[in-house]
Amino acid sequence: MQKIKPFDHLILILGTLFLCVPVLMALMSSTHTAVDIHSNGLFITPGSNGYATYEKVLTHRGGFTGDVTGLLMLKNSLIMGFGFAIGKIVLSMMAAYALVYFRFRFATVLFWMIFATLLLPLEVRIMPSYQVMSQLHLLNSYTGLIVPLLASATGTFFFRQFFKSVPDELLEAARIDGAGPWKFFIDVLVPLSKTMMAAIFIIMFIYGWNQYLWPLLMTTDESFYTLMRGIKSILQVWVGSQIPDYNEAFALAVLAMVPPVAVVVIFQRMFIKGLTESDK
Amino acid sequence: MTDTPLSAQGPTAPSFLHRLRDWWSGETANPVKRVQFGHGLTPWLFVLPQLAVVVIFFYWPSAQAVTSSFYIEDPFGFGSTFVGMENYADALGSKEYLSTAWFTAFFCVVVTALALGIGLLLAVKADKVIRGAESYKTLLISVYAIAPPVAGLIGMMFFDMHMGPFTRLFAFFGHELRVGVDYWDTTIALITISVWKQIPYNFIFFLSGLQSVPVSVREAALIDARSGWRRFKDVTLPLLAPTAFFLLIINITYTMFDTFPIIDVIVKDKPANNPMTLVYKVYLDGFKGNDIGGSSAQSVILMVVVAALTVLQFRFLERRVHYG
Repeated sequence: MQKIKPFDHLILILGTLFLCVPVLMALMSSTHTAVDIHSNGLFITPGSNGYATYEKVLTHRGGFTGDVTGLLMLKNSLIMGFGFAIGKIVLSMMAAYALVYFRFRFATVLFWMIFATLLLPLEVRIMPSYQVMSQLHLLNSYTGLIVPLLASATGTFFFRQFFKSVPDELLEAARIDGAGPWKFFIDVLVPLSKTMMAAIFIIMFIYGWNQYLWPLLMTTDESFYTLMRGIKSILQVWVGSQIPDYNEAFALAVLAMVPPVAVVVIFQRMFIKGLTESDK
Repeated sequence: MTDTPLSAQGPTAPSFLHRLRDWWSGETANPVKRVQFGHGLTPWLFVLPQLAVVVIFFYWPSAQAVTSSFYIEDPFGFGSTFVGMENYADALGSKEYLSTAWFTAFFCVVVTALALGIGLLLAVKADKVIRGAESYKTLLISVYAIAPPVAGLIGMMFFDMHMGPFTRLFAFFGHELRVGVDYWDTTIALITISVWKQIPYNFIFFLSGLQSVPVSVREAALIDARSGWRRFKDVTLPLLAPTAFFLLIINITYTMFDTFPIIDVIVKDKPANNPMTLVYKVYLDGFKGNDIGGSSAQSVILMVVVAALTVLQFRFLERRVHYG
């Protein structure tokens, strides 16, 4: 159609290098020793210390109390990612169903109440949110980590748009067949939304997994640390140390980025569809 | 939201009171579905979980932010004193707050411009090439999933004073880069990392916007405008304008809020002579400085700014749906 110049490829290659080389170097450097990195800089080739570093990060890393390991943080991050994604899908599908398929008092008021949450991200109300959480005794708990993050209507907005595009004839047919609201929801809408649920699951899993500020505030007990929280503490240990544990920090970074990156690459098509059609 | 004097309302627009009555009874001028289930408890059961979460974790803290912004809390926890607008006056009057606000604005402009520009450039090129298009796409997108704190950590290594490649690069050109110590050096690091993290997002949206341009339009453009630049300027760019505007707002909110972890990793609670954004200041004053009233007042100021931005985005989104 159009003539392709080598220049286009050059720009793309430069862009790809700019984005991907830092990730590659983090990965490669994590397999070298800290002393090696300290004296020679970052590496683009694999080293021989990889097994030892990852073994240490996954099982030995102590923290202040001595019982937090990389594996534990990995588990907490997974709980965070899955818990958030599943919670989001369940809550927002139900709410969107009520708002689209029912005619009831206050429906519009509720609609605005729920969608007003899109106005303000969590970051602008961290201090009062923290106070509320401590009044509810939810600090250092999985509930406290996950549930407050669900108070945003992104998913509801998405499912509302999707339900609106579902043909009206389906509901008419279901009603003629005598299906009630529950039956219609479980037997028609849920199976129909499978692709959408998968797409939103991917986006929300990444969002939950990548949370930083909230876990930072909510967890002082190290057994609830996620990998993101671990990054903060590994940097705090650095202050004053002779040669910082560059390799361990890189290993932690790799552990923290592999699952979400893998999800995006494997489910690329679905992920892009979900992202661009939901408009966040 | 639609009742502002800016919007040209038709003569048939219902009066405010009329609309309020409709709200009350749950009627809307154009219901979402022709057929709907009737009244009863069922819809409440469906909407209740979300409603509970929203009320407890959104409205309660937001209300508390507004209330405590009018009080000065005793540092030892013995009650609080009502001070009216004093916290706001303190915040807006302080030199530190204003310089943080200026930095935030500057940071937003630079990061947004660079991230959008590079994202658009890469999307245009990726849309053009045929050979290797999928590989480029996958590689460029993969960085999207990396969390901001991880990006901050990797970036920190690249700007490390002992062994960071960027530090060495700058040293080669005779500039000693001291990230975390020097104000502008830290700014350079923050901008680089924030832009790096946001490019994939913009790339995905621009590319999907480009690929939705019909082939017939492209071919017509190819005949009408020989020069690639003119074709881009007169045909592609106007068609991408809705996407670009949407992304503009998203990028501004990203730079204001989602860069928090990057700043936290690079600046590490050491605000001394380091740049920071307004959100980071809210966090520092509230959690490190224990100034709850001041922090809340800053929260409320931010809320107003963000709410305005989001309303702008919604109004626009509505329009986009019409033309879409």
